[in-house]
Amino acid sequence: MSSGVDVNLENIWIKFGDFVAVREANVNINGGDFFSFLGPSGCGKTTILRAVSGFLDPSEGRVLIGGNDMAGMGPNKRPTALIFQNLALFPLMKIWENITFSMEVKGASTAERRKRADELLDMIALPGQGEKFPSELSGGQKQRVAIARALCAEPDVLLLDEPLSALDLKLRQHMRTELREIQQRVGITFIYITHDQGEALTMSDSVAVMRAGIIDQIGDGHAIYDTPATPFVASFVGENNVFRGKISAVNGDEAILTSNRSGELLAKITPTQVGKLNVGDDAMMFVRPEVLKPGAGGEKTTISAKVLNEEFEGNSYSVFLEGDGGKQIKMAMPNLGQNQHTAKGEIVSFSYNAKNAVVMPVGDLASE
Amino acid sequence: MKKPMIFSEFFKNNGLIMGSFLMFLVGFWVIVLILLPQISMLDFSFRFNLPPALQGTEADVYTLNNYRYLVFGPEGASDAFNKVDLMVFVRTILAAMAVTVMNLIMCYPLAYYLGQSKGTGFVRLLVVMLVIPYWINEILRAFALRIIFGDVGMINGLMMNLGLIDQPYDFINADIALYAGLGYAYILLMLFPMYNVIESLDRNQIEAARDMGASWIRIHRRVVIPHAKPGIASGATMVFMLSAGALAAPQVLGGTSSLWFTQLVYQWFNDTLNWQQGAAYAIVLLVASIAIVLTFMKLFKVNMGDIGK
Repeated sequence: MSSGVDVNLENIWIKFGDFVAVREANVNINGGDFFSFLGPSGCGKTTILRAVSGFLDPSEGRVLIGGNDMAGMGPNKRPTALIFQNLALFPLMKIWENITFSMEVKGASTAERRKRADELLDMIALPGQGEKFPSELSGGQKQRVAIARALCAEPDVLLLDEPLSALDLKLRQHMRTELREIQQRVGITFIYITHDQGEALTMSDSVAVMRAGIIDQIGDGHAIYDTPATPFVASFVGENNVFRGKISAVNGDEAILTSNRSGELLAKITPTQVGKLNVGDDAMMFVRPEVLKPGAGGEKTTISAKVLNEEFEGNSYSVFLEGDGGKQIKMAMPNLGQNQHTAKGEIVSFSYNAKNAVVMPVGDLASE
Repeated sequence: MKKPMIFSEFFKNNGLIMGSFLMFLVGFWVIVLILLPQISMLDFSFRFNLPPALQGTEADVYTLNNYRYLVFGPEGASDAFNKVDLMVFVRTILAAMAVTVMNLIMCYPLAYYLGQSKGTGFVRLLVVMLVIPYWINEILRAFALRIIFGDVGMINGLMMNLGLIDQPYDFINADIALYAGLGYAYILLMLFPMYNVIESLDRNQIEAARDMGASWIRIHRRVVIPHAKPGIASGATMVFMLSAGALAAPQVLGGTSSLWFTQLVYQWFNDTLNWQQGAAYAIVLLVASIAIVLTFMKLFKVNMGDIGK
């Protein structure tokens, strides 16, 4: 197997007529990384993938794979292999023929192909299944065959277009682990497209969060989850509570938000906005359900609100409180055997740790 | 194979009245419209051509005479075989095959283009433009072609005006008009089954093959054609069967020397009024055509069930 090579997207614009599908994308993917593009459907992530695989040329900018400019090279000439959302296995070819199709193209002998197919079938834990047709395999098995088929071409970069979306939940979670293992074993660069933040966070070394053609943030899972760069990232990745208001004080990387309904709230400023956020700016503060604790805390990290509802979810309790502008505040507490009961309509106090809350200029939230 | 639906289940699903009605319709179609006429033709083909007074009497016995005539000709003839009719038969079959192959070659790229360009307005317009001429009667279309290919027709006129030829070229006697007419007569029956199957091909399969480095030829050979095989088989079968059995185009567009086998059948029925002999000729053509289709299906590994897809 070839080791991973870098993939660089330099100032990529992709336009279809007047419609701008991708706007000024600059992405540097390190060789051997598992890199994910995360975003809602229609955000342009698949378009970026097609530009990397060579099915379309960007309107502007360059795609570099291993430092080589890919301009004008078709998908069959690039050192990439693509796994399609619906896998696109060839239904009329046997599994071994499917897996070694890239060798057939190069004129390899049947004996060579069968040998390689057996190796790859062993690798994906489907030994002896080569004579079957795709329709005889389960969803997860087809998934693995698609991976084997892509790896058979010995690509430098493997591109995956939401390949797990057709699987049921259990299998999807299992395949995440498996994909990550395969990636670490073969050591090549994986570029993964998904709208599922769980997939992106569990598998990736690095994630780019996209919204309407724009990359809002690139970073590892922790950076994306703990210090979202924009309100969109904050609300799209995981659950979040939002408080709107105006900045009333800035102190280094911390700021105080005078929120519309909960008074003054202290939070750290998201790293990209440190020094840019000023007193008087319209801003949003995000604090996640799991960092909210019942009971009063510090003066500027305590909120009071009316209890609307309580849900028991097995591993946790969720308490829904009346929040900003019709939005609910969600507080999640682990189920530690306590028999949690909050009275509906009761006003309760709860608090958070200021380092777990981020504040940033106002922006669009992800639609729910 | 799916197990055939049991009658009781069929009636349970459709109700007694609707079920009976459906059974009646299918029965009427199969028995009255298909089986009875064919059986009476088969029966005819094994009888002597007797004057009405003798029909049904003791003289009306079964015979292989009509078939013998096609192979060996009239008794006491100078040739050992009925060379003329057998040649016409072989030529008809070969020509029908040629027409089928010609249609296949012309329709495949078109069907691929139509099938893979996801129903844009232009494609729909193209399909309509292909269909509308078929509202015109088959014989009229044949005559139109005869006019176009005639001595003073459009094509000769154009070629002479361009100075390509001095004398009008006899397209009719060269059978070019005939092949054009036959090819055109059933071309849509080739195009649409192919268009339908190619339209159902997942575009990702083509892209996957391309991504793995396959050339266009290989993509078609390994991905598109295998997928389109039922449509190709269905179209080719229909074009072959209908071309071999065509009458209008050969009548109107055939040259003076070229007889189509159906014209012989027509002559036996209509000119000689020997229906028994005509029936034998028709049965031979039918059986030979079916045998050829089945042979080709076996050769290309197509199942009968695929054609119905």
